Amino acid sequence: MKNIDKELADIVGSEFVSNHPEEKFIYSRDMGTMEPAFPDLVVMPNTTEEIQKIVQLANREEIPITPMGGGLTLSGLVRPLKGGIVMDLKRMNRIIAVNEKSRYVITEAGTSQGMLQAYLKKHHPSLKHSVPDAPPIATIAGNVLIHGSGHISQSGGFHSEMLNGMEVVMPTGEVVRIGSCATSPYWFSRAPLPDLAGLFLGWAGTTGIVTKLAIKLYPNRLFNDVKAFVTEDSEQVAEVIHRVTGTQVAEDVNVVMSSRMPGFQIVFMTYSADTKEELTWKRNLIRASLKKFIDDNVGGFMVVLPVLKGDFLEVPMKNITQFADEMQGGGFEYIGAIMPIELFSEAYRTGIEIADHFGIPHFIIVRVVGLGHCMMFAYAYAFNRADEADIKKVQAALEDTNRKVLQMGGIPWKAEAPAQKQIIEHMDPNTFALMNRIRAVLDPKGIMNPGNWEV
Amino acid sequence: MYELKYDKDICATCETIDCLMRCQYMEMDLESARQERERILNGEDSRVLTDCVTCYACEEYCPFNNHPFYLIVDRQEEKGIWPVPKPATNQQLVIMAPQSDIAPKKIQSPTINMCAFSMLEGCIRGSLFEGTSIISGSDIFCNIMWLHFAKNSTIRERLPKAIDNIREYYLKDSDVDELVHFHDECYGAYTHLAPAFGIEVPFSSIHLFEYLIRRLDDLKDRITPINQKVAYQRPCSSRLIPETQHFVDEIFTRIGADRVDRKYDRENALCCTFAQQAQQRDETADDVLKRNIDDMVEAGAAYCVFNCPACFFTMSEAVTNSGMMPILMSDLCQIALGE
Ligand SMILES: Cc1cc2nc3c(=O)[nH]c(=O)nc-3n(C[C@H](O)[C@H](O)[C@H](O)COP(=O)(O)OP(=O)(O)OC[C@H]3O[C@@H](n4cnc5c(N)ncnc54)[C@H](O)[C@@H]3O)c2cc1C
Ligand code: SF4
Ligand code: SF4
Repeated sequence: MKNIDKELADIVGSEFVSNHPEEKFIYSRDMGTMEPAFPDLVVMPNTTEEIQKIVQLANREEIPITPMGGGLTLSGLVRPLKGGIVMDLKRMNRIIAVNEKSRYVITEAGTSQGMLQAYLKKHHPSLKHSVPDAPPIATIAGNVLIHGSGHISQSGGFHSEMLNGMEVVMPTGEVVRIGSCATSPYWFSRAPLPDLAGLFLGWAGTTGIVTKLAIKLYPNRLFNDVKAFVTEDSEQVAEVIHRVTGTQVAEDVNVVMSSRMPGFQIVFMTYSADTKEELTWKRNLIRASLKKFIDDNVGGFMVVLPVLKGDFLEVPMKNITQFADEMQGGGFEYIGAIMPIELFSEAYRTGIEIADHFGIPHFIIVRVVGLGHCMMFAYAYAFNRADEADIKKVQAALEDTNRKVLQMGGIPWKAEAPAQKQIIEHMDPNTFALMNRIRAVLDPKGIMNPGNWEV
Repeated sequence: MYELKYDKDICATCETIDCLMRCQYMEMDLESARQERERILNGEDSRVLTDCVTCYACEEYCPFNNHPFYLIVDRQEEKGIWPVPKPATNQQLVIMAPQSDIAPKKIQSPTINMCAFSMLEGCIRGSLFEGTSIISGSDIFCNIMWLHFAKNSTIRERLPKAIDNIREYYLKDSDVDELVHFHDECYGAYTHLAPAFGIEVPFSSIHLFEYLIRRLDDLKDRITPINQKVAYQRPCSSRLIPETQHFVDEIFTRIGADRVDRKYDRENALCCTFAQQAQQRDETADDVLKRNIDDMVEAGAAYCVFNCPACFFTMSEAVTNSGMMPILMSDLCQIALGE
């Protein structure tokens, strides 16, 4: 590769370009099991114009670019599989505007979940965004672009569905606007224009670099509560989810199952209200929706003591991050499979079988997305990164999980490169051909995060 | 094995049927109480078995100490009634199971028994508890909570083992034959429930309040009266040991606390609502909690004092939101001692 350090330094300033081995080491890997892939250079641009210039340079030299937010997918999506430049977007973290009336925020791509959460708390306390349970340094853009989900996803859907519009630097260097902001000064929705957002959502950074985006905000209510419903028959859970989501009251619905409490499925439902009375009314609606299971003695609400409620109402939930380091080795990866609710029991049994087969404790967490239209079924495996055998075992378990998920009719989410190949094998060939044609048009030199969505 | 000491003949001649007539959660006239009592005695279905919120109070109301509540729980279990839904009960059975991680420990008197609640060991501090030993852990859980779950079988199975553990791991090699129970539950389990079920207890029991009184007397020069109005929240297990209730007034006298005169105190006490919530009776729980707290506020209480950690954790948020301070009895005494 031609030496372009100097040219990059002219664009972003020398302190924001690096080819130092220690930096290359850090940017070559994440907490997951994927093998490291080293960049040649790491660059941190500060503006859309700088990004344009870098993309033009990379086109000229045919150097790969891997856009990066927090780098926290755990599936190694920001490892530069073909080397080249890792473009770390964390300097582009300005929150541009909040529209209180139409409830949306326009922000730069590198703004982190934690920053936006703190900003809203301070300046717009009546509003909140749907926060994932990822560490707070995860970016808004990185999460939206992988179809993430979070604390309002039961009522609001995938975070990509909460996207109102974007500004994107195309792989050839032009800047385009997507959504209402293409035509209006307001970033209020993607409708009614032809929806071009799909050219960038779920593509793992292979179709362009998002520089700004607007996402929907939601009322941040004063009174919050959580209910926990326990069953010991996984066959019941899909119906529990179906009924409770039918009330349209819960903001977030999660199901937790672990080898610490084998055989039990615990459904957590959070909801919020402006008054105590409204909160009680919502609680009663949730209760009424699940009465059948109580009458049949196959399910019941657990008492969540007020002192413990904080743990379940906390956003993001710290104890998920704690589990991520359960093996004290800093290694953690999960297969988040997106699938219909009715597959719950099969998916659960499969998870236990895989964990038993590989001798790994099972930890399964499910987030219901969009009023029970589907769910993110996460098979989580913690491991010790210092233990090679442990890593190999978890890699094999992950591979097996992806295969079984696809056989069941689910689809691995934020799939790592090998899992993308597994998905492609199951995909309608015409769909994959269309994806390739689109990529060829958008990125004729093939510089954007190559090695992803390829066979 | 561990047959409940219950005398059918006493009930047969009982005129007042206080156990059911005084129940605060079921409306009944004398005739229907008589009929329900008959049904329970004969092992037939009775609405008492499904409507009982397991407040334990009839153990106190029965003038003959004939254990009506223990009988109700036995009958519920015989009939396969699950006051708390089966999955939630089974889950608790796993959570509260002995973990077999007990280790021998040399103890000295006084020894404070913290039961399964090791996380509350921090309460054992200051001059009140100077020089005490502490024992705690899942293997010495008194298991009395299963009365709420129609699981007397679990008590019969696990309580004798907990007693064995206390003897084997703590008492055997120490010169101690007396335990101070931090919770009413344990004192109730060892002095009331165990004898009622014919379970032998190889140590004597001191109620925390009695211990506190002794210590307050030792430290009386250091007491500054707190001069505050205080509401007392009786725990369900205190219904098994009403003879200990006078200690509350005696402690209050010593620390200068004014026990507020209110409707839901003493024999009319209301539950903390943990059991009702577990039994899926949220509306009853809302109503009971509101009446109870309104009553404390109307009586002008500045503090609501607890002995049971479950009551404390269940009610403390609502108590605080009503402008009172929730506090454990031992902590209230510590305030009086300026600690
Ligand atoms: C403990 C833990 C819990 C988690 N819980 C959740 C959860 O509840 N919900 C959830 O959704 N996720 C969760 N995750 C997964 C993941 O951390 C998040 O989804 C995170 O938000 C991803 O954002 P990121 O900034 O780290 O993205 P990155 O990993 O940096 O990027 C993700 C993908 O998007 C591309 N990309 C990033 N920025 C841009 C851009 N500006 N333009 C174009 N492409 C770009 C990258 O190339 C990559 O392919 C969790 C992770 C952990 C470790
Ligand atoms: S339990 Fe006691 S109060 Fe009830 S009927 Fe029997 S003797 Fe009377
Ligand atoms: S335990 Fe309480 S609710 Fe049940 S019958 Fe006795 S007094 Fe009534």
